[in-house]
Amino acid sequence: MQPATGLSYEQGPPLGLPLEFFRSAAYFLLLAAVAGMLTSLGSDALASRWSPAALAITHLLTLGFLGLIMLGALLQMLPVLLGVAVLLRPVWIRTARYSLSAGTLLLALGLYFVHTTLLASGATLLGFSLLVILAAFTRALFSNQALTLLTRTYQKAWLSLLITFSLGLTLAGGLAGLWTISDPIALTHLHLSWGLAGWTLLLIIGSAYQVIPMLQLTPPYPTRVSQYLTWILFIGLIIGTLGATRIASLVIAMAALGFALSTLWIQGRRRRKVNDETMKFWRLGMVSLAICALLIPIANQLSDPAQTSLGILFLLGFASSVVIGMLFKILPFLAWFHLRTQTGVSASQIPNMKQFVPDALQRRHFWLHLLGVVLLVPTPFLPTPFAIFAWGLLTVTAVWLLRRISEVRQSFLTHGGTL
Amino acid sequence: MPRIADYLGDDHNHCDDLFVAAENAVDTMDWALAQQAFTTFHNTTLCHLMREEEILFPAFEATSGMQGGPTQVMRMEHAEMRDTLSAMADCLSKQDSAQFLGLSETLLMLMRQHNLKEEQILYRMCDQMLAGDADTLVARMTQITP
Repeated sequence: MQPATGLSYEQGPPLGLPLEFFRSAAYFLLLAAVAGMLTSLGSDALASRWSPAALAITHLLTLGFLGLIMLGALLQMLPVLLGVAVLLRPVWIRTARYSLSAGTLLLALGLYFVHTTLLASGATLLGFSLLVILAAFTRALFSNQALTLLTRTYQKAWLSLLITFSLGLTLAGGLAGLWTISDPIALTHLHLSWGLAGWTLLLIIGSAYQVIPMLQLTPPYPTRVSQYLTWILFIGLIIGTLGATRIASLVIAMAALGFALSTLWIQGRRRRKVNDETMKFWRLGMVSLAICALLIPIANQLSDPAQTSLGILFLLGFASSVVIGMLFKILPFLAWFHLRTQTGVSASQIPNMKQFVPDALQRRHFWLHLLGVVLLVPTPFLPTPFAIFAWGLLTVTAVWLLRRISEVRQSFLTHGGTL
Repeated sequence: MPRIADYLGDDHNHCDDLFVAAENAVDTMDWALAQQAFTTFHNTTLCHLMREEEILFPAFEATSGMQGGPTQVMRMEHAEMRDTLSAMADCLSKQDSAQFLGLSETLLMLMRQHNLKEEQILYRMCDQMLAGDADTLVARMTQITP
Protein backbone atom coordinates (compact mmCIF):
# COMPACT_ATOMS: atom_id res chain seq x y z
CA MET A 1 0.00 0.00 0.00
CA GLN A 2 1.38 3.37 -1.01
CA PRO A 3 1.40 6.02 1.70
CA ALA A 4 -1.28 8.61 1.21
CA THR A 5 0.37 11.67 -0.17
CA GLY A 6 -2.87 12.52 -1.89
CA LEU A 7 -4.74 14.55 0.67
CA SER A 8 -3.60 18.10 0.83
CA TYR A 9 -4.97 20.88 2.96
CA GLU A 10 -3.61 23.50 0.63
CA GLN A 11 -5.69 24.77 -2.25
CA GLY A 12 -2.80 24.45 -4.69
CA PRO A 13 -0.40 27.36 -5.25
CA PRO A 14 -0.81 30.80 -3.61
CA LEU A 15 -3.76 32.90 -4.81
CA GLY A 16 -1.54 35.31 -6.72
CA LEU A 17 -0.61 32.71 -9.34
CA PRO A 18 -4.07 31.70 -10.64
CA LEU A 19 -5.19 35.30 -10.23
CA GLU A 20 -2.48 36.41 -12.67
CA PHE A 21 -3.64 33.77 -15.16
CA PHE A 22 -7.23 34.98 -14.87
CA ARG A 23 -6.23 38.61 -15.23
CA SER A 24 -4.05 37.98 -18.26
CA ALA A 25 -6.90 35.94 -19.76
CA ALA A 26 -9.34 38.82 -19.29
CA TYR A 27 -6.87 41.19 -20.99
CA PHE A 28 -6.77 38.84 -23.97
CA LEU A 29 -10.57 38.93 -24.16
CA LEU A 30 -10.35 42.70 -24.12
CA LEU A 31 -7.68 42.65 -26.82
CA ALA A 32 -9.74 40.31 -29.01
CA ALA A 33 -12.83 42.47 -28.58
CA VAL A 34 -10.99 45.70 -29.37
CA ALA A 35 -9.32 44.05 -32.36
CA GLY A 36 -12.76 42.91 -33.55
CA MET A 37 -14.10 46.41 -33.18
CA LEU A 38 -11.17 48.06 -34.99
CA THR A 39 -11.25 45.51 -37.82
CA SER A 40 -14.98 46.08 -38.27
CA LEU A 41 -14.35 49.84 -38.55
CA GLY A 42 -12.33 49.41 -41.69
CA SER A 43 -13.71 46.35 -43.46
CA ASP A 44 -15.92 43.30 -43.38
CA ALA A 45 -12.86 41.04 -42.97
CA LEU A 46 -14.44 39.28 -40.01
CA ALA A 47 -17.18 37.85 -42.24
CA SER A 48 -14.64 35.27 -43.41
CA ARG A 49 -13.05 32.77 -41.06
CA TRP A 50 -10.00 32.65 -43.33
CA SER A 51 -9.16 36.35 -43.18
CA PRO A 52 -5.92 37.20 -41.36
CA ALA A 53 -7.87 39.30 -38.86
CA ALA A 54 -10.30 36.46 -38.08
CA LEU A 55 -7.41 34.00 -37.61
CA ALA A 56 -5.62 36.44 -35.30
CA ILE A 57 -8.73 37.12 -33.20
CA THR A 58 -9.58 33.41 -33.00
CA HIS A 59 -6.15 32.69 -31.50
CA LEU A 60 -6.40 35.62 -29.08
CA LEU A 61 -9.63 34.03 -27.85
CA THR A 62 -8.63 30.36 -27.86
CA LEU A 63 -5.05 30.58 -26.61
CA GLY A 64 -5.16 33.89 -24.80
CA PHE A 65 -8.56 34.02 -23.16
CA LEU A 66 -9.79 30.40 -22.94
CA GLY A 67 -6.34 28.82 -22.75
CA LEU A 68 -5.01 30.99 -19.93
CA ILE A 69 -8.18 30.77 -17.90
CA MET A 70 -8.46 26.99 -18.28
CA LEU A 71 -4.81 26.40 -17.48
CA GLY A 72 -4.93 28.77 -14.51
CA ALA A 73 -7.97 26.94 -13.15
CA LEU A 74 -6.38 23.54 -13.75
CA LEU A 75 -3.12 24.41 -12.03
CA GLN A 76 -5.30 25.27 -9.09
CA MET A 77 -7.94 22.56 -9.18
CA LEU A 78 -5.97 19.50 -10.31
CA PRO A 79 -4.07 19.12 -7.06
CA VAL A 80 -7.40 19.26 -5.22
CA LEU A 81 -9.39 17.05 -7.56
CA LEU A 82 -6.73 14.43 -8.22
CA GLY A 83 -5.22 14.55 -4.79
CA VAL A 84 -1.73 15.15 -6.17
CA ALA A 85 0.82 17.53 -4.77
CA VAL A 86 1.45 20.92 -6.37
CA LEU A 87 2.07 20.39 -10.05
CA LEU A 88 4.72 22.98 -10.78
CA ARG A 89 6.96 25.29 -8.83
CA PRO A 90 5.74 28.94 -8.87
CA VAL A 91 8.70 30.07 -10.96
CA TRP A 92 7.74 27.61 -13.70
CA ILE A 93 4.06 28.52 -13.50
CA ARG A 94 5.01 32.15 -14.00
CA THR A 95 7.40 31.32 -16.84
CA ALA A 96 4.69 29.31 -18.58
CA ARG A 97 2.22 32.20 -18.27
CA TYR A 98 4.66 34.79 -19.62
CA SER A 99 5.70 32.69 -22.58
CA LEU A 100 2.12 31.63 -23.35
CA SER A 101 0.99 35.26 -23.29
CA ALA A 102 3.90 36.57 -25.34
CA GLY A 103 3.65 33.61 -27.74
CA THR A 104 -0.08 34.19 -28.30
CA LEU A 105 0.50 37.87 -28.96
CA LEU A 106 3.29 37.23 -31.46
CA LEU A 107 1.33 34.46 -33.17
CA ALA A 108 -1.73 36.70 -33.52
CA LEU A 109 0.44 39.47 -35.00
CA GLY A 110 2.14 36.93 -37.26
CA LEU A 111 -1.21 35.64 -38.50
CA TYR A 112 -2.48 39.16 -39.08
CA PHE A 113 0.54 40.42 -40.98
CA VAL A 114 1.48 36.97 -42.40
CA HIS A 115 4.95 37.65 -41.06
CA THR A 116 7.50 34.82 -40.91
CA THR A 117 9.59 35.96 -37.94
CA LEU A 118 6.55 36.82 -35.83
CA LEU A 119 4.92 33.46 -36.60
CA ALA A 120 8.08 31.50 -35.90
CA SER A 121 8.86 33.29 -32.63
CA GLY A 122 5.23 33.04 -31.49
CA ALA A 123 5.14 29.32 -32.22
CA THR A 124 8.45 28.80 -30.39
CA LEU A 125 7.28 30.56 -27.25
CA LEU A 126 3.94 28.73 -27.33
CA GLY A 127 5.75 25.44 -27.81
CA PHE A 128 7.94 26.14 -24.81
CA SER A 129 5.06 27.08 -22.52
CA LEU A 130 2.89 24.17 -23.58
CA LEU A 131 5.72 21.71 -23.05
CA VAL A 132 6.28 22.98 -19.52
CA ILE A 133 2.57 22.70 -18.71
CA LEU A 134 2.09 19.41 -20.50
CA ALA A 135 5.06 17.88 -18.70
CA ALA A 136 3.58 18.77 -15.34
CA PHE A 137 0.12 17.58 -16.25
CA THR A 138 1.38 14.38 -17.84
CA ARG A 139 3.12 13.48 -14.62
CA ALA A 140 0.00 14.21 -12.59
CA LEU A 141 -2.45 12.50 -14.91
CA PHE A 142 -0.56 9.44 -15.97
CA SER A 143 1.10 8.56 -12.66
CA ASN A 144 -2.11 8.91 -10.68
CA GLN A 145 -3.08 5.59 -9.21
CA ALA A 146 -6.77 6.34 -8.86
CA LEU A 147 -7.89 6.10 -12.45
CA THR A 148 -11.06 8.06 -12.01
CA LEU A 149 -13.48 9.29 -14.59
CA LEU A 150 -11.82 12.67 -14.29
CA THR A 151 -8.31 11.45 -15.06
CA ARG A 152 -9.49 9.30 -17.97
CA THR A 153 -11.28 12.28 -19.53
CA TYR A 154 -8.46 14.72 -18.85
CA GLN A 155 -5.95 12.28 -20.35
CA LYS A 156 -7.84 12.43 -23.64
CA ALA A 157 -7.98 16.22 -23.38
CA TRP A 158 -4.16 16.39 -22.95
CA LEU A 159 -3.58 14.15 -25.93
CA SER A 160 -5.90 16.40 -27.94
CA LEU A 161 -3.98 19.48 -26.84
CA LEU A 162 -0.72 17.86 -27.91
CA ILE A 163 -2.18 16.97 -31.32
CA THR A 164 -3.74 20.42 -31.74
CA PHE A 165 -0.46 22.05 -30.96
CA SER A 166 1.56 19.82 -33.27
CA LEU A 167 -0.83 20.54 -36.13
CA GLY A 168 -0.76 24.25 -35.32
CA LEU A 169 3.01 24.24 -35.34
CA THR A 170 3.02 22.49 -38.73
CA LEU A 171 0.58 25.06 -40.10
CA ALA A 172 2.51 28.01 -38.67
CA GLY A 173 5.72 26.65 -40.20
CA GLY A 174 3.97 26.30 -43.54
CA LEU A 175 2.61 29.83 -43.36
CA ALA A 176 6.05 31.13 -42.38
CA GLY A 177 7.51 29.43 -45.46
CA LEU A 178 9.66 26.99 -43.50
CA TRP A 179 8.13 24.00 -45.31
CA THR A 180 5.36 23.22 -47.77
CA ILE A 181 2.00 21.77 -46.78
CA SER A 182 0.16 19.88 -49.52
CA ASP A 183 -3.37 20.39 -48.19
CA PRO A 184 -3.41 23.29 -45.70
CA ILE A 185 -7.24 23.47 -45.59
CA ALA A 186 -7.63 19.84 -44.53
CA LEU A 187 -4.88 20.30 -41.96
CA THR A 188 -6.57 23.44 -40.61
CA HIS A 189 -9.82 21.51 -40.21
CA LEU A 190 -7.99 18.84 -38.23
CA HIS A 191 -6.24 21.48 -36.14
CA LEU A 192 -9.51 23.11 -35.17
CA SER A 193 -11.34 19.80 -34.67
CA TRP A 194 -8.74 18.60 -32.17
CA GLY A 195 -8.58 22.03 -30.55
CA LEU A 196 -12.32 22.61 -30.19
CA ALA A 197 -13.97 19.16 -30.06
CA GLY A 198 -10.87 17.63 -28.48
CA TRP A 199 -9.07 19.81 -25.99
CA THR A 200 -11.79 22.39 -25.22
CA LEU A 201 -14.84 20.13 -25.20
CA LEU A 202 -13.14 17.17 -23.49
CA LEU A 203 -11.72 19.39 -20.79
CA ILE A 204 -15.10 20.98 -20.17
CA ILE A 205 -16.81 17.56 -20.12
CA GLY A 206 -14.27 16.21 -17.63
CA SER A 207 -14.72 19.25 -15.40
CA ALA A 208 -18.51 19.08 -15.69
CA TYR A 209 -18.59 15.42 -14.61
CA GLN A 210 -16.90 16.48 -11.41
CA VAL A 211 -18.09 19.99 -10.78
CA ILE A 212 -21.79 19.94 -11.68
CA PRO A 213 -22.99 17.12 -9.41
CA MET A 214 -20.55 18.31 -6.73
CA LEU A 215 -21.43 22.01 -6.59
CA GLN A 216 -24.91 22.24 -8.04
CA LEU A 217 -26.13 19.15 -6.12
CA THR A 218 -27.55 17.49 -9.20
CA PRO A 219 -27.86 13.73 -9.67
CA PRO A 220 -24.70 12.23 -11.24
CA TYR A 221 -24.50 12.01 -15.04
CA PRO A 222 -26.19 8.84 -16.34
CA THR A 223 -23.62 6.02 -16.27
CA ARG A 224 -23.83 5.41 -20.01
CA VAL A 225 -23.00 9.06 -20.65
CA SER A 226 -20.10 9.24 -18.23
CA GLN A 227 -18.64 5.89 -19.30
CA TYR A 228 -18.84 6.09 -23.08
CA LEU A 229 -19.37 9.66 -24.20
CA THR A 230 -15.78 10.89 -24.15
CA TRP A 231 -14.63 7.69 -25.87
CA ILE A 232 -17.17 8.26 -28.64
CA LEU A 233 -15.93 11.83 -29.02
CA PHE A 234 -12.29 10.79 -29.05
CA ILE A 235 -12.90 7.98 -31.55
CA GLY A 236 -14.84 10.47 -33.71
CA LEU A 237 -11.76 12.69 -33.78
CA ILE A 238 -9.53 9.77 -34.75
CA ILE A 239 -11.91 8.71 -37.52
CA GLY A 240 -11.81 12.29 -38.84
CA THR A 241 -8.01 12.29 -38.75
CA LEU A 242 -7.98 9.08 -40.80
CA GLY A 243 -10.01 10.83 -43.49
CA ALA A 244 -13.64 9.77 -42.93
CA THR A 245 -14.72 13.32 -42.18
CA ARG A 246 -18.46 12.87 -42.79
CA ILE A 247 -18.84 9.99 -40.33
CA ALA A 248 -16.51 11.77 -37.92
CA SER A 249 -18.60 14.93 -37.86
CA LEU A 250 -21.74 12.88 -37.18
CA VAL A 251 -20.08 11.01 -34.31
CA ILE A 252 -18.64 14.20 -32.80
CA ALA A 253 -21.97 16.00 -33.14
CA MET A 254 -23.79 13.13 -31.43
CA ALA A 255 -21.37 13.16 -28.51
CA ALA A 256 -21.54 16.95 -28.13
CA LEU A 257 -25.34 16.90 -28.25
CA GLY A 258 -25.45 14.03 -25.75
CA PHE A 259 -23.29 15.98 -23.34
CA ALA A 260 -25.27 19.22 -23.70
CA LEU A 261 -28.64 17.54 -23.25
CA SER A 262 -27.62 15.33 -20.34
CA THR A 263 -26.12 18.35 -18.55
CA LEU A 264 -29.35 20.31 -18.98
CA TRP A 265 -31.28 17.22 -17.86
CA ILE A 266 -29.37 16.69 -14.60
CA GLN A 267 -29.39 20.45 -13.89
CA GLY A 268 -33.16 20.35 -14.15
CA ARG A 269 -33.16 17.76 -11.37
CA ARG A 270 -30.85 19.52 -8.94
CA ARG A 271 -31.65 19.31 -5.26
CA ARG A 272 -30.39 22.80 -4.44
CA LYS A 273 -33.01 25.40 -5.22
CA VAL A 274 -31.37 28.67 -4.15
CA ASN A 275 -30.35 31.08 -6.83
CA ASP A 276 -27.04 30.23 -8.47
CA GLU A 277 -26.03 32.74 -11.13
CA THR A 278 -23.28 30.52 -12.50
CA MET A 279 -25.93 27.97 -13.57
CA LYS A 280 -27.17 30.49 -16.12
CA PHE A 281 -23.73 30.61 -17.72
CA TRP A 282 -23.69 26.80 -17.87
CA ARG A 283 -27.15 26.65 -19.39
CA LEU A 284 -26.31 29.24 -22.03
CA GLY A 285 -23.18 27.22 -22.74
CA MET A 286 -25.11 23.97 -23.14
CA VAL A 287 -27.80 25.49 -25.37
CA SER A 288 -25.08 27.01 -27.57
CA LEU A 289 -23.26 23.67 -27.71
CA ALA A 290 -26.48 21.84 -28.66
CA ILE A 291 -27.06 24.26 -31.55
CA CYS A 292 -23.44 23.87 -32.68
CA ALA A 293 -23.83 20.08 -32.53
CA LEU A 294 -26.87 20.21 -34.80
CA LEU A 295 -24.92 22.27 -37.34
CA ILE A 296 -21.61 20.36 -37.23
CA PRO A 297 -22.71 17.57 -39.63
CA ILE A 298 -23.56 20.15 -42.30
CA ALA A 299 -20.74 22.56 -41.45
CA ASN A 300 -18.85 21.85 -44.68
CA GLN A 301 -21.87 22.80 -46.78
CA LEU A 302 -22.35 26.08 -44.95
CA SER A 303 -21.23 29.35 -46.47
CA ASP A 304 -18.08 31.02 -45.15
CA PRO A 305 -20.01 33.60 -43.06
CA ALA A 306 -22.23 30.85 -41.62
CA GLN A 307 -19.15 28.85 -40.61
CA THR A 308 -17.80 31.99 -38.95
CA SER A 309 -21.08 32.35 -37.02
CA LEU A 310 -20.79 28.73 -35.92
CA GLY A 311 -17.26 29.39 -34.66
CA ILE A 312 -18.42 32.46 -32.71
CA LEU A 313 -21.26 30.45 -31.16
CA PHE A 314 -18.89 27.69 -30.08
CA LEU A 315 -16.17 29.98 -28.69
CA LEU A 316 -18.27 32.67 -27.07
CA GLY A 317 -21.66 31.03 -26.60
CA PHE A 318 -20.41 27.66 -25.39
CA ALA A 319 -16.80 27.71 -24.18
CA SER A 320 -16.61 31.28 -22.83
CA SER A 321 -19.94 31.03 -21.01
CA VAL A 322 -18.91 27.86 -19.20
CA VAL A 323 -15.46 29.21 -18.40
CA ILE A 324 -16.83 32.48 -16.97
CA GLY A 325 -19.41 30.52 -14.97
CA MET A 326 -16.68 28.35 -13.46
CA LEU A 327 -14.49 31.39 -12.78
CA PHE A 328 -17.26 33.00 -10.73
CA LYS A 329 -17.20 29.92 -8.47
CA ILE A 330 -13.48 29.26 -8.29
CA LEU A 331 -12.24 32.83 -7.84
CA PRO A 332 -14.34 33.84 -4.79
CA PHE A 333 -13.81 30.45 -3.16
CA LEU A 334 -10.05 30.64 -3.52
CA ALA A 335 -10.00 34.18 -2.17
CA TRP A 336 -12.09 33.09 0.82
CA PHE A 337 -10.08 29.93 1.47
CA HIS A 338 -6.65 31.59 1.30
CA LEU A 339 -7.84 34.52 3.42
CA ARG A 340 -9.30 32.17 6.04
CA THR A 341 -6.22 30.01 6.28
CA GLN A 342 -3.74 32.90 6.10
CA THR A 343 -5.38 35.14 8.68
CA GLY A 344 -6.86 32.41 10.86
CA VAL A 345 -9.81 34.64 11.79
CA SER A 346 -13.35 33.31 11.95
CA ALA A 347 -15.47 32.90 8.82
CA SER A 348 -17.82 35.58 10.15
CA GLN A 349 -15.06 38.21 10.07
CA ILE A 350 -14.00 37.87 6.44
CA PRO A 351 -16.07 38.36 3.27
CA ASN A 352 -17.93 35.24 2.19
CA MET A 353 -17.98 34.05 -1.43
CA LYS A 354 -20.98 36.13 -2.38
CA GLN A 355 -19.35 39.24 -0.97
CA PHE A 356 -16.26 38.71 -3.11
CA VAL A 357 -18.37 38.51 -6.29
CA PRO A 358 -21.97 39.56 -5.51
CA ASP A 359 -24.91 37.84 -7.20
CA ALA A 360 -26.20 41.13 -8.60
CA LEU A 361 -22.94 41.73 -10.47
CA GLN A 362 -22.83 38.14 -11.74
CA ARG A 363 -26.41 38.50 -12.98
CA ARG A 364 -25.62 41.75 -14.78
CA HIS A 365 -22.54 40.16 -16.27
CA PHE A 366 -24.59 37.23 -17.51
CA TRP A 367 -27.13 39.41 -19.32
CA LEU A 368 -24.41 41.52 -20.91
CA HIS A 369 -22.55 38.39 -21.99
CA LEU A 370 -25.75 36.86 -23.39
CA LEU A 371 -26.52 40.03 -25.34
CA GLY A 372 -22.96 40.03 -26.66
CA VAL A 373 -23.29 36.43 -27.88
CA VAL A 374 -26.70 37.02 -29.47
CA LEU A 375 -25.41 40.09 -31.33
CA LEU A 376 -22.00 38.68 -32.31
CA VAL A 377 -23.23 35.41 -33.81
CA PRO A 378 -25.03 37.04 -36.78
CA THR A 379 -22.34 39.72 -37.40
CA PRO A 380 -20.79 37.91 -40.40
CA PHE A 381 -24.08 38.50 -42.24
CA LEU A 382 -24.75 42.03 -41.13
CA PRO A 383 -23.44 45.50 -42.06
CA THR A 384 -20.31 46.78 -40.34
CA PRO A 385 -21.92 49.33 -37.98
CA PHE A 386 -23.75 46.44 -36.38
CA ALA A 387 -20.50 44.48 -36.01
CA ILE A 388 -18.76 47.47 -34.42
CA PHE A 389 -21.53 47.69 -31.86
CA ALA A 390 -21.47 43.93 -31.12
CA TRP A 391 -17.68 43.83 -30.66
CA GLY A 392 -17.99 47.00 -28.56
CA LEU A 393 -20.35 45.14 -26.27
CA LEU A 394 -17.81 42.32 -25.89
CA THR A 395 -15.24 44.99 -25.00
CA VAL A 396 -17.47 46.14 -22.14
CA THR A 397 -17.88 42.51 -20.97
CA ALA A 398 -14.10 42.11 -20.90
CA VAL A 399 -13.69 45.32 -18.89
CA TRP A 400 -16.31 44.09 -16.42
CA LEU A 401 -14.51 40.78 -16.06
CA LEU A 402 -11.28 42.62 -15.34
CA ARG A 403 -13.06 44.75 -12.76
CA ARG A 404 -14.49 41.67 -10.98
CA ILE A 405 -11.03 40.11 -10.81
CA SER A 406 -9.47 43.36 -9.52
CA GLU A 407 -12.20 43.74 -6.88
CA VAL A 408 -11.58 40.23 -5.56
CA ARG A 409 -7.85 40.95 -5.44
CA GLN A 410 -8.40 44.29 -3.69
CA SER A 411 -10.81 42.87 -1.13
CA PHE A 412 -8.45 39.98 -0.44
CA LEU A 413 -5.57 42.40 0.21
CA THR A 414 -7.69 44.80 2.27
CA HIS A 415 -8.66 41.99 4.63
CA GLY A 416 -5.05 41.06 5.26
CA GLY A 417 -4.40 38.43 2.59
CA THR A 418 -0.99 37.95 1.00
CA LEU A 419 -0.83 37.08 -2.69
CA MET B 1 -16.66 -4.83 0.18
CA PRO B 2 -16.73 -1.02 0.56
CA ARG B 3 -18.46 -1.19 3.93
CA ILE B 4 -16.98 2.00 5.42
CA ALA B 5 -17.20 3.96 2.16
CA ASP B 6 -20.87 3.05 1.79
CA TYR B 7 -21.78 3.85 5.35
CA LEU B 8 -20.04 7.24 5.51
CA GLY B 9 -20.92 8.05 1.91
CA ASP B 10 -24.59 7.68 2.84
CA ASP B 11 -23.92 10.00 5.75
CA HIS B 12 -22.57 12.60 3.32
CA ASN B 13 -25.65 12.28 1.13
CA HIS B 14 -27.93 12.64 4.09
CA CYS B 15 -26.09 15.78 5.23
CA ASP B 16 -26.38 17.22 1.70
CA ASP B 17 -30.16 16.73 1.81
CA LEU B 18 -30.37 18.45 5.17
CA PHE B 19 -28.13 21.27 3.91
CA VAL B 20 -30.48 21.85 0.98
CA ALA B 21 -33.55 21.88 3.26
CA ALA B 22 -31.95 24.48 5.55
CA GLU B 23 -30.76 26.65 2.68
CA ASN B 24 -34.13 26.54 0.92
CA ALA B 25 -35.93 27.53 4.14
CA VAL B 26 -33.61 30.53 4.66
CA ASP B 27 -34.01 31.49 1.02
CA THR B 28 -37.79 31.66 1.42
CA MET B 29 -37.35 33.48 4.78
CA ASP B 30 -39.39 30.88 6.62
CA TRP B 31 -37.43 31.49 9.82
CA ALA B 32 -39.15 28.92 12.04
CA LEU B 33 -38.58 26.17 9.51
CA ALA B 34 -35.08 27.47 8.80
CA GLN B 35 -34.13 27.29 12.47
CA GLN B 36 -35.41 23.74 12.75
CA ALA B 37 -33.85 22.57 9.46
CA PHE B 38 -30.51 24.20 10.18
CA THR B 39 -30.33 22.75 13.69
CA THR B 40 -30.94 19.27 12.26
CA PHE B 41 -28.31 19.81 9.57
CA HIS B 42 -25.81 21.29 12.04
CA ASN B 43 -26.21 18.46 14.56
CA THR B 44 -26.14 15.72 11.94
CA THR B 45 -22.99 17.16 10.39
CA LEU B 46 -21.26 17.45 13.76
CA CYS B 47 -22.26 13.86 14.48
CA HIS B 48 -20.74 12.72 11.19
CA LEU B 49 -17.51 14.57 11.96
CA MET B 50 -17.37 12.94 15.39
CA ARG B 51 -17.93 9.47 13.93
CA GLU B 52 -14.83 10.03 11.84
CA GLU B 53 -12.68 11.79 14.41
CA GLU B 54 -13.45 9.49 17.32
CA ILE B 55 -13.79 6.09 15.65
CA LEU B 56 -12.53 5.93 12.06
CA PHE B 57 -9.48 8.18 12.16
CA PRO B 58 -7.92 6.64 15.30
CA ALA B 59 -8.43 3.15 13.81
CA PHE B 60 -6.82 4.26 10.55
CA GLU B 61 -3.95 5.94 12.37
CA ALA B 62 -3.30 2.89 14.54
CA THR B 63 -3.25 0.50 11.57
CA SER B 64 -1.36 2.67 9.09
CA GLY B 65 0.99 4.25 11.62
CA MET B 66 0.32 7.63 9.96
CA GLN B 67 -0.46 10.24 12.61
CA GLY B 68 0.27 13.40 10.64
CA GLY B 69 -0.98 12.16 7.29
CA PRO B 70 -4.35 12.32 5.59
CA THR B 71 -6.40 12.20 8.79
CA GLN B 72 -4.70 15.32 10.05
CA VAL B 73 -5.61 17.12 6.83
CA MET B 74 -9.21 15.96 7.22
CA ARG B 75 -9.29 17.15 10.84
CA MET B 76 -8.11 20.61 9.73
CA GLU B 77 -10.85 20.76 7.14
CA HIS B 78 -13.38 19.70 9.76
CA ALA B 79 -12.27 22.68 11.81
CA GLU B 80 -12.94 25.00 8.82
CA MET B 81 -16.40 23.49 8.44
CA ARG B 82 -17.24 23.80 12.14
CA ASP B 83 -16.20 27.46 12.10
CA THR B 84 -18.33 28.19 9.03
CA LEU B 85 -21.27 26.33 10.56
CA SER B 86 -21.17 28.41 13.73
CA ALA B 87 -20.96 31.60 11.67
CA MET B 88 -24.11 30.40 9.86
CA ALA B 89 -25.84 29.72 13.19
CA ASP B 90 -25.10 33.35 14.20
CA CYS B 91 -26.65 34.64 10.98
CA LEU B 92 -29.74 32.58 11.59
CA SER B 93 -30.23 34.03 15.04
CA LYS B 94 -29.98 37.51 13.49
CA GLN B 95 -32.23 36.43 10.58
CA ASP B 96 -29.57 37.70 8.16
CA SER B 97 -30.42 35.71 5.04
CA ALA B 98 -27.90 37.40 2.73
CA GLN B 99 -24.95 36.62 4.99
CA PHE B 100 -26.29 33.12 5.65
CA LEU B 101 -26.59 32.31 1.95
CA GLY B 102 -23.13 33.70 1.27
CA LEU B 103 -21.72 31.45 3.97
CA SER B 104 -23.76 28.45 2.85
CA GLU B 105 -22.37 28.89 -0.67
CA THR B 106 -18.90 28.89 0.85
CA LEU B 107 -19.62 25.89 3.07
CA LEU B 108 -20.95 23.93 0.13
CA MET B 109 -17.69 24.41 -1.80
CA LEU B 110 -15.68 23.46 1.25
CA MET B 111 -17.85 20.50 2.23
CA ARG B 112 -18.25 18.95 -1.20
CA GLN B 113 -14.52 19.12 -1.99
CA HIS B 114 -13.78 17.62 1.39
CA ASN B 115 -16.34 14.83 0.88
CA LEU B 116 -14.89 14.07 -2.53
CA LYS B 117 -11.41 13.64 -1.09
CA GLU B 118 -12.74 11.35 1.63
CA GLU B 119 -14.88 9.27 -0.71
CA GLN B 120 -12.28 8.91 -3.43
CA ILE B 121 -9.19 8.47 -1.32
CA LEU B 122 -9.51 8.09 2.43
CA TYR B 123 -12.54 5.77 2.71
CA ARG B 124 -11.11 3.48 0.06
CA MET B 125 -7.88 3.23 1.99
CA CYS B 126 -9.81 2.55 5.17
CA ASP B 127 -11.82 -0.21 3.50
CA GLN B 128 -8.60 -1.85 2.34
CA MET B 129 -6.69 -1.50 5.59
CA LEU B 130 -9.50 -2.07 8.05
CA ALA B 131 -11.51 -4.64 6.11
CA GLY B 132 -11.60 -7.13 9.00
CA ASP B 133 -12.84 -4.56 11.50
CA ALA B 134 -15.25 -2.75 9.19
CA ASP B 135 -18.44 -4.15 10.74
CA THR B 136 -17.32 -3.38 14.27
CA LEU B 137 -16.24 0.13 13.29
CA VAL B 138 -19.53 0.84 11.57
CA ALA B 139 -21.43 -0.47 14.62
CA ARG B 140 -19.40 1.80 16.90
CA MET B 141 -19.93 4.81 14.62
CA THR B 142 -23.68 4.15 14.61
CA GLN B 143 -23.69 4.51 18.38
CA ILE B 144 -22.78 8.17 17.99
CA THR B 145 -26.04 9.93 17.22
CA PRO B 146 -26.96 13.56 16.54
